[in-house]
Amino acid sequence: MDAINSINQVPISSYLLLSSVLFSIGVLGVIYRRNIIVMFMSIELMLNAVNLMLVAFSAYRNDPSAQVFVFFIMAVAAAEVAIGLSILVMIYRNTRSIDSDELKQLKW
Amino acid sequence: MENLLILIPLFPLLGFTILGLSGKNLSKSTAGAIASGSVLLSFILSVVLFSGLVSGSLPAYQQKLLDWFAAGKWDVDLSLMVDPLSSLFLLVITGVGFLIHVYSTGYMHDDDGHNKFFSYLNLFVFFMLMLVMGSNFLVMFVGWEGVGLCSYLLIGFWFKNPSYNAAARKAFVMNRIGDLGFLIGIFLIFIQFGTLEYGGTQGVFEQASHAASNDPVIVAIAICLFIGAMGKSAQIPLYTWLPDAMAGPTPVSALIHAATMVTAGIYMVARANIIYTLAPDAQVLVAYTGVITALLAATIGLAQNDIKKVLAYSTVSQLGLMFLALGVGAYTAAVFHVITHAFFKALLFLGAGSVIHAMSGEQDIRKMGGLKPHLPKTWMTFLIGTIAIAGIPPFAGFFSKDEILANVYARDKGLWLTGMIVSALTTFYMFRLLFLTFFGNFRGTHHQKEHLHESPASMTLPLVILSVLSVLGGFIGFPEVFHLPHWLHHYLSPVMEASEIRALPAEITHLTEWSLMGVALIVIAIMFFIARSKYLSREELPEPEEAKLKTLHRVVYHKYYVDEFYEGFILKPLGWFSKQLKNIVEKELIDGVVNLSGQAAMWGGKVLRYAQTGMVSFYLFMMVLGAVGLWIYFNLF
Repeated sequence: MDAINSINQVPISSYLLLSSVLFSIGVLGVIYRRNIIVMFMSIELMLNAVNLMLVAFSAYRNDPSAQVFVFFIMAVAAAEVAIGLSILVMIYRNTRSIDSDELKQLKW
Repeated sequence: MENLLILIPLFPLLGFTILGLSGKNLSKSTAGAIASGSVLLSFILSVVLFSGLVSGSLPAYQQKLLDWFAAGKWDVDLSLMVDPLSSLFLLVITGVGFLIHVYSTGYMHDDDGHNKFFSYLNLFVFFMLMLVMGSNFLVMFVGWEGVGLCSYLLIGFWFKNPSYNAAARKAFVMNRIGDLGFLIGIFLIFIQFGTLEYGGTQGVFEQASHAASNDPVIVAIAICLFIGAMGKSAQIPLYTWLPDAMAGPTPVSALIHAATMVTAGIYMVARANIIYTLAPDAQVLVAYTGVITALLAATIGLAQNDIKKVLAYSTVSQLGLMFLALGVGAYTAAVFHVITHAFFKALLFLGAGSVIHAMSGEQDIRKMGGLKPHLPKTWMTFLIGTIAIAGIPPFAGFFSKDEILANVYARDKGLWLTGMIVSALTTFYMFRLLFLTFFGNFRGTHHQKEHLHESPASMTLPLVILSVLSVLGGFIGFPEVFHLPHWLHHYLSPVMEASEIRALPAEITHLTEWSLMGVALIVIAIMFFIARSKYLSREELPEPEEAKLKTLHRVVYHKYYVDEFYEGFILKPLGWFSKQLKNIVEKELIDGVVNLSGQAAMWGGKVLRYAQTGMVSFYLFMMVLGAVGLWIYFNLF
């Protein structure tokens, strides 16, 4: 009870601000970094920013369905990470690099 | 008795189905027996119906088979009917048809397509029966189209010869032109009367009989229907297909292109007689078309050297005479001539077939001659046919032709004179044909001479029966002056009643009728002696193919260049027009639009592909930009 109360003491706007900042960092990380691992991590950051916002609203509105939603997202994200990392391993094996700019054969 | 009606067309249809499905699995003799047998059964039923109608034990009636379709207030039944007019046509179609089927078993015996031939013949008989038995214009139209199809199939029966196929196409297309007229006529009838049924108190003819004379709609209907008849019955300007139709096997020429199908137009006009009686303007057109066709075809017939072509032009000419009769309102006389003509023209064609059979396929009369001792039965029957068509009493042609000419004289002396000239020309070219074919010396090759043989019994028997009919057929309608009953007139009167009330047949005195008959006989005798002295005594021969002919002769020999005229003035411009359409509209316009859109897509792709840099970061950047753009679009605007 304490924990919930302490969460509720923080206003919703702070959660929104935090998750927006996290999301923006994720976006900028994806755009500006060329290291694929970092890009990947930034994507995860964006996902988690969204998750944070969902649970924040869940607590704010006393509606647990958003939390169920978040669990699904986390499960799917775990699977996505597995696939993403395996793709990354294949990229590294083929190009001996994890620089995304190396991957520009697919063009006109 | 009531249900007999459907059986009549059903038998030939069954025959067609069996033969069509079994193909070459049936032996030739079985196939021939099935085909002939089915028509014979129809013939027997027709005789039963006919005797019922004659004795009065059976009224004219109709039988509804099924509701064909209904649209709004309009119901069309698929129903058949029999009345005096259609019963006569039934007898001719099934009777002459049966004889020709029997003849074909002999004539087509060695042909590869024997079974196919019989299946087509049966199909033809079926459609022809539908045409005359239908109780409304739409069923008649179905039969009308069906016989056109069978005619096409049978003209092009020997499909390996391209010129035969061209003849088949020509027949089909010319018929289609006429059919369009017929169809428009049917539409007009429907608009005007709201029904297509012939009979009954609400029927077309009952309603039409109350119309005023020369009502514009009635005249238009009559003319449209007549255009249909022009195509089917080979009248100017749509007659050129019939001589070419001789490309088909000879029994086909006899059955379809002489005895039955080409008389469908006369049947139609006779059926719709009240409409024509009420449209004197259309009647004038019918009469003049008929007489001009008759004269033109008869003169062409004078100069032809192909035995079947002579008979073909003779058919066109006789059909013209029938239309002349229809045009002066002598419907009974026209039907009378249809019947006698079916007998003697089928006989002549079958005789010609027998000659061609004996001559191993030769059709040129310049290469015949002296066949009389070799083909005694064919010669006797051909002679009877010739006498009958020339109009020498007491053979069938005399009575029907005399009746037509007497009726025409009562209406218009000029038309009568032309009809008389046609009759004279007929006598001349028929005896010319007879003398050149059967008299004189044999002019064929040695090989052909050794092969000369009389045809088998299956071919000569129909000839004998038809020649008996050609002798006796005229007795169904004696001229009035003989004071004998005109049976046909009496029999058909229920069908022609309405017309006779509206337009009394013109009367001529007995003296005039006797003198007309005398004039006709004198003219025929003169023409006979001219032909005799020219081709029998002096043994003159038609000029060989390469000879230079005198101008008039050349024009007639080349059929007045009508085919060339059509070729030059209709086909060529049409062909030119379609070529322009192909080259300009199709190639430039339509293809241009299609190609342009393709090129635009290609060009667009060429430009847009530079956006595909292959740089992941660029794509991601664009994606984010897009997302931001969408957000701005949906939130700020």
